[in-house]
Amino acid sequence: MPSACGSGPLSDAATIDTAAVAAPAARASLRKRDQRALTAYGLVAPAFTLMLLMLLGPLASVIALSFTDYQLGAPAFSWIGLANYQDMFADRVFWISLRNTLTYVVIVVPGAVTLGLAIALLIESGASLRGLYRTIYFLPVMATLIAMAVVWEFMLHPQFGLVNGLLRGAGLPAFSWLQDRSTALYALCAIGIWQAVGFNMVLFLAGLVSIPKQLYEAAEIDGAASAWARFRLVTWPMLAPVTTFVIVISGIRSFQVFDTVHILTKGGPSKSSEVLIHTMYTEGFEFFRSGYGAALTVVFLVFVLLLTLIKARLADRGVQTA
Amino acid sequence: MATIELSAIRKSFDGTEILRGVDLRIENGEFISLVGPSGCGKSTLLRVIAGLEPQSAGEVSIDGIAADGIRPSARNLAMVFQSYALYPHLSAFDNIAVPLRMRRLSAIERLPLVGALLPSRRRKERGIRDDVAKVAEQLEIAHLLGRKPAQLSGGQRQRIAVGRAIVRQPVAFLFDEPLSNLDAKLRVHMRAELAQLHRRLNATFVYVTHDQAEAMTMSSRIAVMIDGELVQVGTPTDIYDNPRDIRVAEFVGSPKINVLPGRIREGGRIEALGVALRLTSSAAPGACRIGVRPERIELGSGPFAGHVVHAENMGSEAFLHLGVNGSDVRLVARIDDPRRLPPIATPVSFGFAMDAVRAFNAEGKRIEVEIEHAERVRERAIV
Repeated sequence: MPSACGSGPLSDAATIDTAAVAAPAARASLRKRDQRALTAYGLVAPAFTLMLLMLLGPLASVIALSFTDYQLGAPAFSWIGLANYQDMFADRVFWISLRNTLTYVVIVVPGAVTLGLAIALLIESGASLRGLYRTIYFLPVMATLIAMAVVWEFMLHPQFGLVNGLLRGAGLPAFSWLQDRSTALYALCAIGIWQAVGFNMVLFLAGLVSIPKQLYEAAEIDGAASAWARFRLVTWPMLAPVTTFVIVISGIRSFQVFDTVHILTKGGPSKSSEVLIHTMYTEGFEFFRSGYGAALTVVFLVFVLLLTLIKARLADRGVQTA
Repeated sequence: MATIELSAIRKSFDGTEILRGVDLRIENGEFISLVGPSGCGKSTLLRVIAGLEPQSAGEVSIDGIAADGIRPSARNLAMVFQSYALYPHLSAFDNIAVPLRMRRLSAIERLPLVGALLPSRRRKERGIRDDVAKVAEQLEIAHLLGRKPAQLSGGQRQRIAVGRAIVRQPVAFLFDEPLSNLDAKLRVHMRAELAQLHRRLNATFVYVTHDQAEAMTMSSRIAVMIDGELVQVGTPTDIYDNPRDIRVAEFVGSPKINVLPGRIREGGRIEALGVALRLTSSAAPGACRIGVRPERIELGSGPFAGHVVHAENMGSEAFLHLGVNGSDVRLVARIDDPRRLPPIATPVSFGFAMDAVRAFNAEGKRIEVEIEHAERVRERAIV
């Protein structure tokens, strides 16, 4: 933009045209520039300090901690290099919990995203009771997951649980969902999807509202007669940024799964529902191996960072196509 | 190409009546403009024709076939929207190709990945590419085809939108204020281009605008809509010269027609601003309104006296705003030569030829007048 060059620091000097006054003018402008830079740093400082204290500081200390044998409450600790990581990679439980976490993510993310989108589309296309449906689906997000987990525990109870009651009523075999090695993780996945759908739905609803109605009219005029054709032509591409965001957010939240695991299964039976954060909690706060817990956290952070990087890349591409 | 027939179209939203019984027959290949002030229902009428808005009552038929209940996508009409409604994620090429793909490719062929592998899809895509290229050449947008709408200027987007409309040879084109988002200069340019496009395609154009200049310059017929009713339908000349209603007279023409308070005396003689004119009418005596276009006001002599309150110099012409002595009526007069512009507050006398008068009754309906002394029609009023 041509107007931008007129407001730069150079323009102060450029307005003086005689050579005689050029030198002092340049010095003056230099002083002025320093002053401006100082003001800028001053303005950035509070935000930067907060970021350092709240985000970067803890992150750095967790990474540092993972190279020590610090135990919670211990008066001293020593530097042990990569020993924590070596322990971790040799530990069967770590690999089980990593595999379980990835399984959880791979099931919950597609489930919660497609269901969220489907419900948002249904609510958006419905004529009445939109507010009611929105509230109902959003309830799990607002409710305390710990309380809800207790409710789920009752629902999934092998003897008098609602789920098994329904299954028996339909003449199907019942399961002891949370006590069975083959079903515990999947039962947790179902709860995870149930909990995330409402949040995703709200994001998709916001995205749907922002699509200009005229695009649908243009699509109709252009011959997109079926709802599927209009979805493919308008809705899906226009929602792309929201979808990317929802996938990444659901991914990060699924990686963080902890409360349901802790309340319902404690990672059992026999580690079949052990997940990364739960392992970290057990190591760090039950066995007080803070250094080892920190190493687990670093692994967790690497995955979250990967997801974030993928999102940033997709968002960049999104900007170019918009 | 098609004739479109509207009969007794009514439309109401939440109890408010937007269209109050519109009858209109749009002939094959004609360029008809629907004009009117904003909120008069012209866009709603266009959307009813397109099928985007169902009418509350009445019938739309396209080429003699009742279109009610036929989906917009099946009516084979093309529409250019005010906001252009281009798909922002698709390139200009793909935007223009959308109507062809929707019609020529089956649902399976349109699938991503799978569809691309089908040989029939490839063959059809070649045909689509040729057709888009042809349209792009016609509209001189071939160099823009690779760009996304966000990378195009308003005028370029407008052309892409027109390209998307003409690429599939629809039976009629619907335009919803397509030029209102462009700057004034481009608007004038696009006006000429759209008129040329109409001549070349020889198709039925239905053009909605609130800008009477667009309607006057492009259309073969104008339909003036006010408050949900068609007040007058006719050629631009007819609408300008022979308005049937004072609202039409006031809406068409810029600057606006001058309206003077008048009266029909007992016996039929008409007076304006208290001055008797050499006009008679058979209408009932009482108040009436006298309309005279700015270019028909003659300065220098005449029975009316006033003074200059404001002058607008347009370069090629000028408009003089006059205050009439002894009344708060304001008039606008056109001067062909701006160099002869009198200074502000100059007293002027003025008049107008009797055949310039368009008289309207108290309800705003046109009343027929007769000029006395038919052999002296061309002379000025001298009373």
